[in-house]
Amino acid sequence: MARVLVGVKRVIDYAVKIRVKPDKTGVVTDGVKHSMNPFDEIAVEEAVRMKEKKLASEIVAVSCGPAQAQETLRTALAMGVDRGIHVEISGPEYETLQPIHVSQILAKIAKDEKADLVIVGKQAIDDDSNQTAQMTAAFLDWPQGTFISKIEKTNGELKLTREIDGGLETIKIKMPAVLSADLRLNEPRYATLPNIMKAKKKPIKKLSPKDLGVDTAARIEVVSVEDPPVRQAGSILADVDELVTKLKEGGHV
Amino acid sequence: MFASNSRGLALQLSNHLKRLQSTLVLAEHNNEKLIPITQNAISAAKKIGGDISVLVAGTKCAPVAAQLSKASGVSKILLAENDAFLGFTPETLTPLVLATQKQFNFSHIVAGASAFGKSVLPRIAAKLNVSPITDIIDVKAPDTFVRTIYAGNAILTLKSKDPVKVVTIRGTNFEPAPLEGGSASTEQAAAGDYKTDLVQFVGQELSKSDRPELTSAKVVVSGGRGMKSGDNFKLLYDLADKLNAAVGASRAAVDAGFVPNDLQVGQTGKIVAPELYIAVGISGAIQHLAGMKDSKTIVAINKDPEAPIFQVADYGLVADLFKVVPELTSKL
Repeated sequence: MARVLVGVKRVIDYAVKIRVKPDKTGVVTDGVKHSMNPFDEIAVEEAVRMKEKKLASEIVAVSCGPAQAQETLRTALAMGVDRGIHVEISGPEYETLQPIHVSQILAKIAKDEKADLVIVGKQAIDDDSNQTAQMTAAFLDWPQGTFISKIEKTNGELKLTREIDGGLETIKIKMPAVLSADLRLNEPRYATLPNIMKAKKKPIKKLSPKDLGVDTAARIEVVSVEDPPVRQAGSILADVDELVTKLKEGGHV
Repeated sequence: MFASNSRGLALQLSNHLKRLQSTLVLAEHNNEKLIPITQNAISAAKKIGGDISVLVAGTKCAPVAAQLSKASGVSKILLAENDAFLGFTPETLTPLVLATQKQFNFSHIVAGASAFGKSVLPRIAAKLNVSPITDIIDVKAPDTFVRTIYAGNAILTLKSKDPVKVVTIRGTNFEPAPLEGGSASTEQAAAGDYKTDLVQFVGQELSKSDRPELTSAKVVVSGGRGMKSGDNFKLLYDLADKLNAAVGASRAAVDAGFVPNDLQVGQTGKIVAPELYIAVGISGAIQHLAGMKDSKTIVAINKDPEAPIFQVADYGLVADLFKVVPELTSKL
């Protein structure tokens, strides 16, 4: 049975309309609703289903970030994860934390915890990087299964369906491996109140990047964060004829 | 006098820096023809400045190499034809790119931000111990790039401190480089044993369509939850045929099973920026807008006047789509 590591990130809730800071250094995060990155919920759900199918023996969730990252870990624990590891990173160090740092952390923990499978979301909806699974796999020299919408386990191998540009692709990969979850992989469960209560008793180990021997020095310098250009207000048309006229005027037809 | 001197110096310096740039573009292809986003990637490489090489790896490379050898601005094509590259798996391509990098010491490694580029480039970057930069929309300087974050709701300009810049580019933000006027030399890429038993490509199931490809179509007609069923998408296919348009969809339409996943437009689907985008029965959630709000002209057809899509639409029609879409099709 596989030991599964899942990566979870605390991000601004997907439904929040974000605001750029006036000094253009970033977006406003104080007092803004945060939740678990939606793709990570799918990763957690998949790990929990593997455990329910007796394909996984233990699930460990890892989150890198400030103290509040523990709330995200608690959510994962309430969904069925066995224990958490919080790698605390805050302040300016967190501002320039990139997938490369997180991947190095995940790779080290995967080795320390003797994981057979690492599952993360395909991208975080804040930085939209879509890099962590690929880089974690590279640091471990494990195969990667990215943008996965279906996992079938056969002895020691995984048969994976990937979402690619023109449709779907099937690959087989050997374990240990790193996977990234796409939207269609599953429908994550809601944590029930009794499970939320139980999750409070589950252990969360706290580590620092230094404990893991990972250097989190900035790889980028943020030059600016700005609002996207605003589109000019359009007009509501009376009927289809008017739309046809506008399309003709615009040279579209 | 002093000002003009310092400007001259800056120009000299910048030319000097540009001379030092050399970019490797990873060609995306299907062993028969080039995938167009590669041409956009070549344009981004031109903007970075310096010498441009293109790596063509696959089980069959000759037709694509022939296409690329005429690409304007490309000086060298590197060929790596090997059965190991079946399915273009990142596990086999990464050691090839690392060997190529060792040989030529590129300052930049670039590919389109497609499913292919996004799978392969971060793996390469990790092996080079550099932080990759995803889905850039502009190049400000050889080390300074612009990209969107938070579903396109903020624009981040960043300076990379890494010695090698590994970058994927958003196809819709760079013009495709023409496949004519150039005369690149072709040589074999670093030979090696690129086989692996870690991963095995089994096969692909591609959606077949006679319509233009979604990310490069001049016109896109998209349907959302308001379409109510997959059968009703016929209305959009009819309209799309009139306009020579590609058909897209919102996540709601994909999740409801109306259309396959690869038609999804949005933050986590495809990013499109056509001349004309017609959103039918789509409310306009943040995540959908992320994939289409750079379209030149946006038309929204929705019966809910409060739908957020109307805030970005140039022309809105508050009406029942089942009535107005057939009418529009017949009047075009």
